[in-house]
Amino acid sequence: MSATDGIVPLNLAPASARRSGSSSTRLALLGLVLPVGLALVWEAVVALGWVQGRLMPPPSVIFTTLANLSSHGDLWFHAQATLARVAAGFALGVAAGTALGVLAGGSVLARALLDPTLQGLRAIPSIAWVPLFILWLGIFETSKVALIAVGVAFPIYLGTLGAIQAVDRKVIEVGRSFRLSKWQLARRILLPAVLPHYVVALRSGLGLGWMFVVAAEFMGASEGLGYLLVDGQQLGKPAQIVAAILIFAVLGKATDALLVAATTPFLRWQDTVGEADPNGAGG
Amino acid sequence: MLRIESIGKTYKTGARALAGISLDVNEAEIVAVVGGSGCGKSTLLRLIAGLDHATLGRIQVDGDVITAPHPAVGIVFQEPRLFAWLNVEQNIGFALADLPRAEREQRVATVLRRIGLTEHAKRWPRELSGGQAQRIALARALVAQPRVLLLDEPFSALDAFTRADLQDHLLALWADYRPTLLLVTHDIEEALVLADRVVVMQPRPGRIAAVLKVNAARPRDPTTREFETLKREILGLLGHTRHAHAVAAE
Repeated sequence: MSATDGIVPLNLAPASARRSGSSSTRLALLGLVLPVGLALVWEAVVALGWVQGRLMPPPSVIFTTLANLSSHGDLWFHAQATLARVAAGFALGVAAGTALGVLAGGSVLARALLDPTLQGLRAIPSIAWVPLFILWLGIFETSKVALIAVGVAFPIYLGTLGAIQAVDRKVIEVGRSFRLSKWQLARRILLPAVLPHYVVALRSGLGLGWMFVVAAEFMGASEGLGYLLVDGQQLGKPAQIVAAILIFAVLGKATDALLVAATTPFLRWQDTVGEADPNGAGG
Repeated sequence: MLRIESIGKTYKTGARALAGISLDVNEAEIVAVVGGSGCGKSTLLRLIAGLDHATLGRIQVDGDVITAPHPAVGIVFQEPRLFAWLNVEQNIGFALADLPRAEREQRVATVLRRIGLTEHAKRWPRELSGGQAQRIALARALVAQPRVLLLDEPFSALDAFTRADLQDHLLALWADYRPTLLLVTHDIEEALVLADRVVVMQPRPGRIAAVLKVNAARPRDPTTREFETLKREILGLLGHTRHAHAVAAE
């Protein structure tokens, strides 16, 4: 990289950056064409009376529903309930998955002891736990949070274990040659080396958390976005269902973006696509 | 100051990597170890670094028997092995975490200037060329001021120009810090350009075949007659007789 970067005249860099910047915006806008186009077509088709739009309401009706829900405070009330469940389940799942992953990754004995059982448990579809959790923990919050935590814990466990195993032994050896203690080795070498993989595991765990909160709220809830879905189905309010789905999408994306933003400062050293190096490495 | 006493290393598989290795290395001496692949020269270095254990004999540094990595012994590997999450100056200062900040920064700045990479202090390892990265690795090992620095084929992955450049850097750093250098290499010319003594090893089991003294003053000219004679002798010891004849015929 040093050779080519060194040759690029410095005064050209901003211009090319601007060009690539605007083209990437244009590409991002291209992604909007399909959903916005479909929404407009659907709106028009319903407005012209070609179809009824009762089971699949047009965008205007969905937005009215969203506005009504939010003006009565219902939207925030339900979203809050769901967010709280995801947060609690995610936190528990991350704690358990990380602890088990560190144990299994840190010691051959612990791995031999734990991994077969955990892999076996992982093979069980998480939803299959639902009846048992309801029997054990009741129908209220605890069983819901437990289901989410179980769903989150496995990808975190696998991700943590895999990340620890993927750390370059040669770099650990450098730490040993500098006589780092076990604890220093973990803090100064393992932790930063593991972080990129771990963040990926956290993100997939969070995604599963959102998946399982819907399943949890389907099993009988009086509040939450999942309740809005069930309620919309039972009372024949498709607009409410689509509105809840939209909120799920927004919240899922927002929490993921939050997670990425919170971890980016620690991962600045990574090779990232499209990051230009203004000065080049030089000779 | 570095004393290797009848070292033997046998692997669990029964393979004998090293047998009866004895060598005394003086303060600030540069010793090169040459030999074909599988002669155990890297194994020997790992034993001195305390990263591996000998099955026979013992190794002493200033009278301390080596059983684990020793504070007076540093090592540079074939690959730079930089910490990807630390920038250049953080990498160099890695082993100085216990020092007061001001002293650490001053030591790092000094060595960075010496290897000519001051303006790269804030770069990430991925932004460096191979030669730059290996220079940082050298600096990282040397700022800890080891009394013995072990070098395990440190320049073998570099092109010829960069290698010559790195050899110069190594000699300059050696002049600053004056550590005892033990350099493992498969490049006979490199050994003859750098070392006061060249240890020639033979395989199965890894043992010392000969120790040759190089008397010429540095910087050395690899085209002299004495240089050629030594080179031929080493090639002969390594079993490259055909090559040795070819060199002789030139």
